[in-house]
Amino acid sequence: MENLIALLVAAPLLGAAVLLCGGRRLDKTGHWLGTVLAGASFVVGLILFTDMLGKDAEDRALHQHLFSWIPVEGFQADIAFQLDQLSMTFVLLITGVGTLIHIYSIGYMEHDERRRRFFGYLNLFLAAMLILVIADNYLLLYVGWEGVGLASFLLIGFWQHKPTAATAAKKAFLVNRVGDMGLSIAIMLMFTTFGTFAFGPVLESAGETSQGKLTAIGLMLLLAACGKSAQVPLQSWLGDAMEGPTPVSALIHAATMVTAGVYLIVRSGAIFNAAPDAQLVVVIVGAVTLIFGAIVGCAKDDIKKALAGSTMSQIGYMILAAGLGPIGYIFAIMHLVTHGFFKAGLFLGAGSVMHGMNDEVDMRKYGGLRKYMPVTFVTFGLGYLAIIGFPGLSGFFSKDKIIEAAFAKGGTEGWILGSVALLGAAITAFYMTRVMLMTFFGEKRWQPDAEGHEPHPHESPKSMTIPMIVLAFGSVFAGGFFAIGDRFINWLEPVTGYDHGHAPLSAATVTGATVVALVVGVGIAWAMYGRKPVPVVAPRGSVLTRAARRDLLQDDFNHVVLVRGGEHLTRSLVYVDHSLVDGVVNGTAASVGGLSGRLRKMQNGYARTYAVSMFGGTAVVIAATLLMRAV
Amino acid sequence: MNPVNYLYLAALLFAIGASGVLIRRNAIVVFMCVELMLNACNLALVTFSRMHGNLDGQIVAFFTMVVAAAEVVVGLAIIVSLFRSRHSASVDDASLMKL
Amino acid sequence: MNALAAATTTSTGEAFQFWILGTVAVIGALSTVLLKRAVHSALSLAGTMIVLAVFYLANGAYFLGIVQIVVYTGAIMMLFLFVVMLVGVTAADSLKETLKGQRWLALGCSLGFGILLIAGIGNASLSTFNGLGAANTAHGGNVEGLANLIFTKYVFAFEITGALLITATVGAMVLTHRERTERAKTQREMSEERVRGKHLPPLPAPGVYARHNAVDIPGLLPDGTPSELTVMQTLRQRGQIRDVSRQSLADLKALEQRSGERLGREDADAVARGADPASPAENSEAAK
Repeated sequence: MENLIALLVAAPLLGAAVLLCGGRRLDKTGHWLGTVLAGASFVVGLILFTDMLGKDAEDRALHQHLFSWIPVEGFQADIAFQLDQLSMTFVLLITGVGTLIHIYSIGYMEHDERRRRFFGYLNLFLAAMLILVIADNYLLLYVGWEGVGLASFLLIGFWQHKPTAATAAKKAFLVNRVGDMGLSIAIMLMFTTFGTFAFGPVLESAGETSQGKLTAIGLMLLLAACGKSAQVPLQSWLGDAMEGPTPVSALIHAATMVTAGVYLIVRSGAIFNAAPDAQLVVVIVGAVTLIFGAIVGCAKDDIKKALAGSTMSQIGYMILAAGLGPIGYIFAIMHLVTHGFFKAGLFLGAGSVMHGMNDEVDMRKYGGLRKYMPVTFVTFGLGYLAIIGFPGLSGFFSKDKIIEAAFAKGGTEGWILGSVALLGAAITAFYMTRVMLMTFFGEKRWQPDAEGHEPHPHESPKSMTIPMIVLAFGSVFAGGFFAIGDRFINWLEPVTGYDHGHAPLSAATVTGATVVALVVGVGIAWAMYGRKPVPVVAPRGSVLTRAARRDLLQDDFNHVVLVRGGEHLTRSLVYVDHSLVDGVVNGTAASVGGLSGRLRKMQNGYARTYAVSMFGGTAVVIAATLLMRAV
Repeated sequence: MNPVNYLYLAALLFAIGASGVLIRRNAIVVFMCVELMLNACNLALVTFSRMHGNLDGQIVAFFTMVVAAAEVVVGLAIIVSLFRSRHSASVDDASLMKL
Repeated sequence: MNALAAATTTSTGEAFQFWILGTVAVIGALSTVLLKRAVHSALSLAGTMIVLAVFYLANGAYFLGIVQIVVYTGAIMMLFLFVVMLVGVTAADSLKETLKGQRWLALGCSLGFGILLIAGIGNASLSTFNGLGAANTAHGGNVEGLANLIFTKYVFAFEITGALLITATVGAMVLTHRERTERAKTQREMSEERVRGKHLPPLPAPGVYARHNAVDIPGLLPDGTPSELTVMQTLRQRGQIRDVSRQSLADLKALEQRSGERLGREDADAVARGADPASPAENSEAAK
């Protein structure tokens, strides 16, 4: 069975290689090849999953050692895979959602002449993401980490003829680089601390190391997670990443890649458990991002950017849960999976709407689309209900558990985190209801575009609707399936550990509070957007609204602090370099040059002058000799 | 008279020869001054020979003469070829390496 | 010989000789340095060397004294004179110093050096002289004594000086050698060339029909122009032809024209003719 693990990666990798190197002759069939190979990877995942289910909980982990990558004395890097329950969860999510999005893309990218390349990139992404989650050491994880970064860059900038897309790709790449630097530093620290970077030895001996080192490693890992998962302070790229094609937004920037940070933190749980300070920073980052993303999501009129804000916020939930330690790890992953379903579904729905509306993204120009796109409406609606945590749907179970876990952290900390999570739930309900109402309800507000083409909203082709339906099923039932009978907890406990914590409130109270928050959020949204028509031109809004439209000034902050600051720093460094360093160097050179210019005059080329100096020198030597004799 | 006076004479001739080497520009005269210096040395050597009462000093003077003869042959050949190429026997003219 | 053997002082005769000839030697050395012409320097140097030869003899170095005269004065100095002639015997050096401060530096160095040497000699304890009497008689004479040393103790140095002389000979040949670029003419070819060429008789002598008869003054042709053919080829190549050029002829012509104008001769023809005094043939024609 172990030998199948490599196949998981090999299939999409082969697809990427063939599609990217194959040239134009694959234009007609390339997308099918990509989809089939993604599906093949999913099937392999399923086989491994059924095999895993047949074993005892304790020895479900599989290991495959492919070959020694860098076999150097004292430094052993292997291409080796480890497939345990945590990895398995990710594998199924990635390949499953990935395959669905491949299928969706066949329809969505039908008219794009570079579709083959698109599928090549998608396959490359799948391969890298799978390497990331099934690596058995941090170095190989880093390979996957960089691989998904590359795929993300390529796919955000897929429509590189649009300057905005090219810029967004660069932005994502650069911001991710900051996080990647954190990961590489963390790996180096691990190597110096533990002498290895394989998961097993590092995590087993994590408890025996000094607090300081563990905190440093933890903070560096958190930095990496922030970069990849768009958490404050490295969150600024995610909104712009929506310039990429919608399937990309669904797969990479909602369901899978952006959750890699959560995976990293949960995977490194042993390190964080032993470093409470780092853990505290993790929950703070999670809580801040949770509210931050939610506020941004409330103000955006671009449907994809509103969803991006939502993604940021939901990942904030996951990071928050992951920062809670063993109380929250499992719920972080559970929310991650359910979020993968419903957010991918929502993005696909948004893509379907855009597909029908001539790629219009402004929700103020939608309205009343439920009549024109019934399937999209129903699937999007189910995803909506799931994300706001409508009782019985996926999001309800997973989010409720996270809020409970936040309270269960205990003490003042627990109360603050729990309240923030509840507030986030209310805001989530508000902005998602806003999206729903602006898109599918109310009057139709669309107008002919600049060339006079009136949009003709229509339902999308089957290749697009079927994945949406499948994902909608997941959005509805996955949470319940996981939560009932503690299936998910039992499944992951051997890997991540589990702790009930000390809940100050009963589960029922928390659930009640969550539902109240939900009702409040929906009610406010209904009052603002459901009862009266939505203006086509956005009103000026309050200071907060305007700030939120500008992503809460994140870019301005980066510009002022980082860009300007960097410019000033470099300018002063250049000044120091020019005046001080160059001054010393040039001064030395000038004085040597001047001195040699003077000395050069002694070399006038006349033999007699040289003879005089020789003779004078001889005289001096003789004088010295005689003097020494005399003394 | 003390024979040491021969040594003083040798020193005087040597100094005169040296100043000639340094002052004159005609290569041939410079060369003659070199010969003068060599002769001064020879005089000193012969005097030393007398002083020590053995013939070794004279032998060295003899060798000096032989070497001087060889030197003159080569040196004059150099002067001739220099003159041939530059139409001048001035040592200052052979200063291609100056700035 | 006894005087030499006694040795801390010399005989009065030798002292007398030393002061006289020593003065001559110093004067010769100074003239070598100070005289303008290389020939004079060479002659002064030769004089100094002869004085030194006498001193060698006086010091009991009989062999070296003779060798000094034969080799140095006889051979080396003649070689010098030879080269001086080759380079140009008339060329006088300007004693004006061209290098700034060179003369004073040189004098200072030499003076300092001489004072150092003299001071060194004065300080050395050289009060006793052993004299060469015993050494010269040990093997039957000065030459035998030297031979004994050369062929025993100094035999290697002697052999090496032999090698050095050979090398010097080869070096001199290499330095002065010029590659022949064409075949040497045979005597027959040379005579044929002469018969076919312009000048069957010997070339005209320099200074003919002119105001000078020196070797480096070209003879003038019937029309008054100097002919380079009359000057020896070596001088011609060396550029040592003295200036009897068209320039000086033109000066003369202008002078005569001015005097003619002052005398009121207006005949342009006569002036023109008068302006060419160096063409006697023409003048005689005009007189006819």
